[in-house]
Amino acid sequence: MLHWCDIALTLAEERSLLMPAARKKPNEPTLALQKAATGIDGLDEITEGGLPRGRPTLVCGAAGCGKTMLAAEFLVRGAMQYGEAGVFMMFEETAGELAENMSSLGYDLAKLQRQKKISLDYVRVERSEIEETGEYDLEGLFIRLGHAIDSIGARRVVLDTVEALFAGVPNHAVLRAELRRLFRWLKDKGVTAVVTGERGERTLTRYGLEEYVADCVIMLDHRITDQVSTRRLRIVKYRGSSHGTNEYPFLIGSRGLSVLPITSLRLDHQVTKDRVSTGIAGLDAMLSGLGPYRGSSVLVSGSPGTGKSTVAATFADAACSRGERTLLFAYEESQSQLVRNMRSVGIDLLRWIREGLLQIHATRPTLHGLEQHLVHMYELVREFRPSVVVVDPISNLTMNTSDESVKPTLMRLVDFLKMARTTALLTSLTTETAAPLAQSELGVSSLMDSWLLLSNVAYNGERTRTLQVLKSRGMPHSNQVREFVFGDKGVDLIDVYLAGDRVLTGTARIAQAAQETAAGELLNQDHDRRLMALERRRAAVDAQIAALNAEEDERRADVEFSIARERFASKRSEP
Amino acid sequence: MSAVRSLESSKRSVGRSKPEWQLRLYVAGTTARSSAALENLRKLCETHLTGRYSIEIVDLLVNPQLAAGDQIFAVPTLVRKFPEPIRKIIGDLSNEERVLVGLDVQPGRRE
Repeated sequence: MLHWCDIALTLAEERSLLMPAARKKPNEPTLALQKAATGIDGLDEITEGGLPRGRPTLVCGAAGCGKTMLAAEFLVRGAMQYGEAGVFMMFEETAGELAENMSSLGYDLAKLQRQKKISLDYVRVERSEIEETGEYDLEGLFIRLGHAIDSIGARRVVLDTVEALFAGVPNHAVLRAELRRLFRWLKDKGVTAVVTGERGERTLTRYGLEEYVADCVIMLDHRITDQVSTRRLRIVKYRGSSHGTNEYPFLIGSRGLSVLPITSLRLDHQVTKDRVSTGIAGLDAMLSGLGPYRGSSVLVSGSPGTGKSTVAATFADAACSRGERTLLFAYEESQSQLVRNMRSVGIDLLRWIREGLLQIHATRPTLHGLEQHLVHMYELVREFRPSVVVVDPISNLTMNTSDESVKPTLMRLVDFLKMARTTALLTSLTTETAAPLAQSELGVSSLMDSWLLLSNVAYNGERTRTLQVLKSRGMPHSNQVREFVFGDKGVDLIDVYLAGDRVLTGTARIAQAAQETAAGELLNQDHDRRLMALERRRAAVDAQIAALNAEEDERRADVEFSIARERFASKRSEP
Repeated sequence: MSAVRSLESSKRSVGRSKPEWQLRLYVAGTTARSSAALENLRKLCETHLTGRYSIEIVDLLVNPQLAAGDQIFAVPTLVRKFPEPIRKIIGDLSNEERVLVGLDVQPGRRE
């Protein structure tokens, strides 16, 4: 909650810095329309500050689309967060029923009533009890409302649903005149009012209340597409103020209403030069040696069995071992299954869960519509404040949603995480069809800062997992396909094996390596043989030299002997 | 409390703790319409319910907190408190016939 407020606050600050004219100073008279913040998530953003202060706002929509909830939250949050007391005048529910409904959202209306912060007044209009004779007006209603406002000093008023009077008051001419007077009177009182109205067939409301309440009109809608319901909110009109004009999905969650605007209407989130490791040394090396930027979003896509979940778990593991909090949304595996499977590749997620660094939220994607999942994620991210969010896989979320709504919704998620400066890793399952990759990526790849593609290369009777970096904004990255292997100690990338002009993977890589080893050995043997031959020749030469020397010695001995004999003979012939 | 005035209709009701017809008229200030309503009511009661009624007048400008109790949103409003069930008639009571229908009074029971 606080986290979110921080962001909203900085947004507001930035806005006031950008537009000094809109900045409100207490002493300076300002021409800008004053607004009363609703405190409802997202609504204040698309209305740029809240509902018009001191004027009535019409909230219309079909039955069960959340009109009363919006009105009640406006009032309760006004009383609790903004110190503005409020009067809730209801014509359909009793005060007890409303208090009960609101208590399911954690609001104690009875306590607020005791504290004189809220006044509830149930106006019962029962046609069967009423007989009409002659002239009358609705001064009774004015007196009741005025009394309630004055008794607690209310600044906010809700009339839910004032159209019920049309059923109870037979004379519609009188009623219309009185309603006109009522809205004028509310303006004169200076209270910020929310008036609800049932949707009509051709008009915004069944009895044309928009005719009287012309300052701000909010329309709620409850649509069911492919059996999944989505609530939507649109500001039809906001006199004197700019506002978001789109239809925004909204939800009634455990903490009340939240509207999901595209959180950053402007692309101005702050970035950092910090890098985070993916936990895979080889992958970090591919991303210029450091891994993706902190706060960026990484998409990992691949066909079944390419190791997306393992990459995701490694990423989470790496974040936890840095001591950062990590939130993992699993839409395919339960927590225990994920923990068991990751242990088989040497990733121990359980210790991080025990240390409180890792939270795994495993839900069925079919449990809610896409928007509801998104709100669930928002709530958890705001609560846990992780620095890394992993979604595995994001493609499952979109199973039962029509395509056109997927992209904006995911854009909201990515934007939200970027605003929160959270590094996100989303995995996405691609089917092995002939569809071009860029199309099969739910159209979100353009939102992502880094995109990794895992694929199976089937070649020569085997499949090899490969990984490539398709894009990575703001950093040099490798263009090579790397082989991706699972070991006992996690995953790693094997350096590319270049043979001539080919990149080899799998068995081809091993075969090539073996072949080259064998060739090398052969060469070594050849060298040895040649050296030995040389050695032998030298030995032979040595032997020859020895023989010649011996012969020479013999000859010398012979010569010396014959000389000696000749000398002896000559001595004997002399006398 | 000058705003809540009880008008005991006639001397015959004295001694009885509860008149047969208990009526309450809600008005907002002394306007021509509220005076007309009171006048019409008195006339009607005297004609049809002589001696068996009481009228209480509540001025909501003085006692606004009383409006919620009887679920008043229009003025003037006549509330039949007794006999039960509670019935309400809004307007200045100018149409006598409809007031009688609304109060479920049998007309013509004059004495």
